[in-house]
Amino acid sequence: MPPGASASLWHPEAVSTLNPSLQISPEGKLLHLLTTEGLPAATLLQILDTARSFVSVTEREIKKVPLLRGKAIFNLFFEPSTRTRTTFEIAAKRLSADVVNLNIATSSQTKGETLLDTVANLTAMHADMFIVRHSESGAAHLIARNVGPDIHVINAGDGRHAHPTQALLDMFTIRHYKGGFNDLRVAIVGDVLHSRVARSEIHALTTLGVPEVRVIGPRTLLPRHVQNLGVHVFHDMEAGLKDVDVVMMLRLQQERMSGALLPSAGEFFKSYGLTPAKLARAKPDAIVMHPGPMNRGVEIDSAVADGGQSVILPQVTFGIAVRMAVMGILVGN
Amino acid sequence: MTLPDAEALIGKLAEQIRREAGPGVALVGIYTGGVWIAERLHRMLALSTPIGTIDVAFYRDDYKKTGLRPGVRPSDIPFPVENADIIVVDDVLYTGRTIRAALNEIFDYGRPTCVRLAALVDRGGRQLPICAQFVGAAVSVAIDQTIELRRDASGRFSLALAS
Amino acid sequence: MNIQINNARLIDPASHSERQQNLFIAQGRIAALGQGPAGFKPDRVLEASGLAVSPGLVDLSARLREPGFEYKATLESEMQAAVAGGVTSLVCPPDTDPPLDEPGLVEMLKFRARSLDRARVYPLGALTQGLEGERLTEMAELHDAGCVAFGQPGVTISDNQVLMRSLEYATTFGFAVWLRAQDATLSRGGVAHDGEVATRLGLAGIPVCAETVALSSILILARETGARIHLCRLSSAEAVEMVREARRRGLAVTSDVGVHHVHLSDLDIGYFDPNCKLIPPLRSRRDKDALRAGLADGTIDAICSDHTPVDDDGKQVPFAQAESGATGLELLLPLTLKWAQQAHLPLPAALARVTTEPLRVLGLPPQRIAVGEVADLCVFDPATWWRVERGALHSQGKNTPMLGMELQGRVRYTLVGGRIVFDAPVDRQS
Repeated sequence: MPPGASASLWHPEAVSTLNPSLQISPEGKLLHLLTTEGLPAATLLQILDTARSFVSVTEREIKKVPLLRGKAIFNLFFEPSTRTRTTFEIAAKRLSADVVNLNIATSSQTKGETLLDTVANLTAMHADMFIVRHSESGAAHLIARNVGPDIHVINAGDGRHAHPTQALLDMFTIRHYKGGFNDLRVAIVGDVLHSRVARSEIHALTTLGVPEVRVIGPRTLLPRHVQNLGVHVFHDMEAGLKDVDVVMMLRLQQERMSGALLPSAGEFFKSYGLTPAKLARAKPDAIVMHPGPMNRGVEIDSAVADGGQSVILPQVTFGIAVRMAVMGILVGN
Repeated sequence: MTLPDAEALIGKLAEQIRREAGPGVALVGIYTGGVWIAERLHRMLALSTPIGTIDVAFYRDDYKKTGLRPGVRPSDIPFPVENADIIVVDDVLYTGRTIRAALNEIFDYGRPTCVRLAALVDRGGRQLPICAQFVGAAVSVAIDQTIELRRDASGRFSLALAS
Repeated sequence: MNIQINNARLIDPASHSERQQNLFIAQGRIAALGQGPAGFKPDRVLEASGLAVSPGLVDLSARLREPGFEYKATLESEMQAAVAGGVTSLVCPPDTDPPLDEPGLVEMLKFRARSLDRARVYPLGALTQGLEGERLTEMAELHDAGCVAFGQPGVTISDNQVLMRSLEYATTFGFAVWLRAQDATLSRGGVAHDGEVATRLGLAGIPVCAETVALSSILILARETGARIHLCRLSSAEAVEMVREARRRGLAVTSDVGVHHVHLSDLDIGYFDPNCKLIPPLRSRRDKDALRAGLADGTIDAICSDHTPVDDDGKQVPFAQAESGATGLELLLPLTLKWAQQAHLPLPAALARVTTEPLRVLGLPPQRIAVGEVADLCVFDPATWWRVERGALHSQGKNTPMLGMELQGRVRYTLVGGRIVFDAPVDRQS
């Protein structure tokens, strides 16, 4: 067939196939975990099912298994975060892996070394896996595109784009308390515009078949085309929470008050903070989730955060098991 | 070749265990066949200690080759392993690698007093120094064939050959 | 040098025609068509059967990266890229370092370009000093030094009073002003078109209103001052419609579109391909279709490459941090041919957008394939497929969204003033 055969590349949709998602091999094996977008339901469920086994590991005396013995896992955190880094570190150690923590902000990056140079140097130290958190969307994809064939990349959060392990542990939590996904109404509340957690949740929820996903927030904090992700948009929280089974609260960052997006934390709490009164609009057995860390009195009232419907602490426990599952599956592929 | 009757073999195993093991013995079945057999033996022997169930997926030695397969089930040993008298139960004993993994997993729960092995079928071909104290039958099959334990809707067991 | 080109298909956008004829060149001009002049002895004969000859391409925007950005590319490499792409005349934007706001810099650039003996360079002078949008440049002096028009398509002027006065001043001398419509504050922080793709990828968006708000100001000021405006790099359907409407109401405004925007949309960013980070951003499919329709009905006058070589360090970073721009001199012809094919346009009409129409925008007479005309020609194979690879590009900028794709249309010879300045068979061997 003459080179003209590639003229089919000129179909507009086909052009973007030159940018495959990277994270799945042609045979369907997970090579990296960069985003929940585009992951088949079977893959998501495999991770959740495997995580269930790791929960039982964390409940016994010796909380370790030898699965990743001898493997070197590097935590590349270009954006500081003690919580997430710690959960990944615990997860890796429970798989008997060796963990190296790199807080890049304080090391070579500030000396002007490029992102890819840093990665190349670390690869030369025989890393098997990079766990990457970065303030720019697309950073994990950039790294995954430039590592050798046997190195796996987990995106621990890139800019506003994705935080797949958070979404997975949230799916695990929902399944744990609600049994499944088929009959649920899920509401995501707050600063969706800047939230990588929200984007990853939405992809995971829709893939797993949740029939109704709602986003609730002021217009300035919802992306203009968010409904194209398959969600229902609400600006009125009381209406948005009606008969909902799962309420996922997002963190509101202080810097949103500058930049003309919001007038004050107080006004935000009045309209979009989760109080017992607002929660009462949801189903009586609705669960309340939050990726943490919480801003009490800004997006969530203490009474709710510490109340009977809150599953915020179990989320953290499940987070370790889910991350063990992701690492275990990736390194084996 | 005809494989022996699984129901009869289970009966043999139950007899052997009844003769050799005390009433406080604890069964730990390996998914899936071993768990089925352990459940049946538990009923037949009227044991008081509940059975343990393990998957051994995280202890296998072929992880590098085959990775983590889908369908891993949570392991659960609901009795204290420390000082226990344990019999590991599996359907087919072959290379011995699964049993090696099972031993490693059990020892991560605690230190048992004694661990023995009950296998419904021993097909030889050991690659590790493992042997079963309780065996239903010794069977010889070709290398490219596997022996499968099946359970029908009424709970009746049978053995089958697959390639 | 006497040159004879045999058996080529001569494409003449100025007369909307094409014909199969031999072409004879002497003393820098087309001496005859069909039959050679009496006593004509060619010093070189180009066998061109299967090939096409058109006027050389005129690229309304190509960054040569000198002065100031020599680590990205040099005049030598980019001028070679120009003629390898069949471009015989190009306009160089003023956003060099230092910017082209001093006659001495312009003279130096012209001198350097002339001594390389490749394409003709028409510098675009800065509209304000330092491109800072505050003080006027010495436009009369810069014009004398060789600037063909004034503008700052790379850097928005946010002070409308300054903009209006610069238009008035330019109009005093009849100079055209080239502007790109982008409101500084509405586009602040944005790195991609504010659409579904940016939402999914978590990229800060540049809304269409960043273009249309600025465009409406520009069009109103153009009407107020009577200035001759050229709009650089339209990007949205709304902008095309505004230009169409303005022309319908009698405003003499011209416009161009970047060749990548003719073919790509924000979908092509895929998973953060930094080669698709362009200014203006690639917008939606609907916008792309409107740009193509604008080209077809003449609302948009010209296609340019907006050639912007960026080194690997500038692109191999997360999308938001990547430098914008794509290399394009060598892709202008094949991508224009592709558009012609897809839009079912005859070649003379399509090639007009990169030959006669850009010259009209520049206020220069069209180049025809006719006796007596200056022999600035592009001899190309319209049928040959070639793969866009780093090694296939002469430009030091390998940053193109088309990397890995196969395109049709390869330049064999480029002539400027009747001299062969690019010779593909020789070039490939070296």
